[in-house]
Amino acid sequence: MIRVQLPAHLRILARVDGEIQLEVEGQATQRSVLDALDARYPALGGTLRDHVTGQRRPFVRFFACEEDLSHEPPDAPLPEAVAAGKEPFLVVGAIAGG
Amino acid sequence: MAETMSGVRVLVGTRKGAFVLTSDGKREKWDVSGPHFAGWEIYHVKGSPADPNRLYASQSSGWFGQVIQRSSDAGKTWEPVGNKFVYDGVPGTHQWYDGTPHPWEFKRVWHLEPSLTDPDTVYAGVEDAALFRSTDGGQTWQELAGLRGHGSGPHWQPGAGGMCLHTILLDPKNPDRIFIAISAAGAFRTDDAGATWRPINRGLRSAQIPDPAAEVGHCVHRIAMHRSRPEVLFMQKHWDVMRSDDAGDSWHEVSGNLPTDFGFAIDVHAHEPETIYVVPIKSDSEHFPPEGKLRVYRSRTGGNEWEALTKGLPQSDCYVNVLRDAMAVDSLDRCGVYFGTTGGQVYGSADAGDSWAPIVRDLPAVLSVEVQTLP
Repeated sequence: MIRVQLPAHLRILARVDGEIQLEVEGQATQRSVLDALDARYPALGGTLRDHVTGQRRPFVRFFACEEDLSHEPPDAPLPEAVAAGKEPFLVVGAIAGG
Repeated sequence: MAETMSGVRVLVGTRKGAFVLTSDGKREKWDVSGPHFAGWEIYHVKGSPADPNRLYASQSSGWFGQVIQRSSDAGKTWEPVGNKFVYDGVPGTHQWYDGTPHPWEFKRVWHLEPSLTDPDTVYAGVEDAALFRSTDGGQTWQELAGLRGHGSGPHWQPGAGGMCLHTILLDPKNPDRIFIAISAAGAFRTDDAGATWRPINRGLRSAQIPDPAAEVGHCVHRIAMHRSRPEVLFMQKHWDVMRSDDAGDSWHEVSGNLPTDFGFAIDVHAHEPETIYVVPIKSDSEHFPPEGKLRVYRSRTGGNEWEALTKGLPQSDCYVNVLRDAMAVDSLDRCGVYFGTTGGQVYGSADAGDSWAPIVRDLPAVLSVEVQTLP
């Protein structure tokens, strides 16, 4: 079970309150977690990653265990504490726009 | 003959959300609801002429991209629908600001135009410029690729606001005919329901491009038509107010006595096809009204002869802008006219522009205004 925390705008869009708990098939990676998130909440499709390129949107960041994982390869394993559900995977809207 | 209706619903898109303003036929007291989609840029909200309870909204953000929202109960509730806008085939390139080829990249939806007859069919004008259509209520979108593919696409360039397809006019008499406009490429028309397109810019002159009379490259800001006479088009170009009497085959200038012929918005009176409205803006670098006076100009002669409409509008120290999609008319008798400003005011006139009053004064910057006349 993976714990995911979304920024407020995306919680509203997905109509969820608080933290999301996701079952992810196989290894927990950015890609597998985000794929599972999109599958469960289709309204989030395209909001974190570009529909065409699959790339992370520039002002979306992924944090976990007090580290910025945004530039990690999408298929790299997430930290063990995230995979074990001890720590959440944080989706963060970057500070931008003043 | 003017329709007798009971009320209006004004749909306002702003930099930080959507607002819905409703009133009865007198248009004196208003109910304001919103913000809907608070914090998101709402480029456009528009209702279906075939079902006034069906609304579509373009919601976007620099963080999270594009979302399309749909309501089937007049805006009481909304549901996100499809937001996948994929260019047909290999997207190709257009010209970048420095003249180099730049790949087409989807950025946002500027304008949503619901079909005149089917609530589930809606067109989307997007940046980088292209036209998409959905026939399933916005769930899936397909590009009408003949527009970008007709030949001049590689020569289109972005205007200061981006290379956006911002105007979509559906011909009420000919379902196969659609007019669109792109900044900064110009106006285009299809006569076969979107399969093939051609530029319709003859008569436009733009001193800012190397060949002022070029076939494409004009910064058209907005086009309007009266539904009873779709072959007559009125255009607010970057500079110049223009008119065509032959469905865009040729244009002539009707700026006449306007204090400046720069501007963004243009619209036509609901019952008088020769009565048109513009909001003159000082210049392309000074995006505010001349002399700090917010004036709508009305022509009752289809252009050339214009009168300033000032009653109820600020006539000193006003430095707001009125953007291209931020003016609309209702079809009550007398015709209501509405426009929104970058200062967050939405002004309304219940007497065809003779007098004005603010409906709201302090919204976020207004990007778009549409009106539904309700039975």
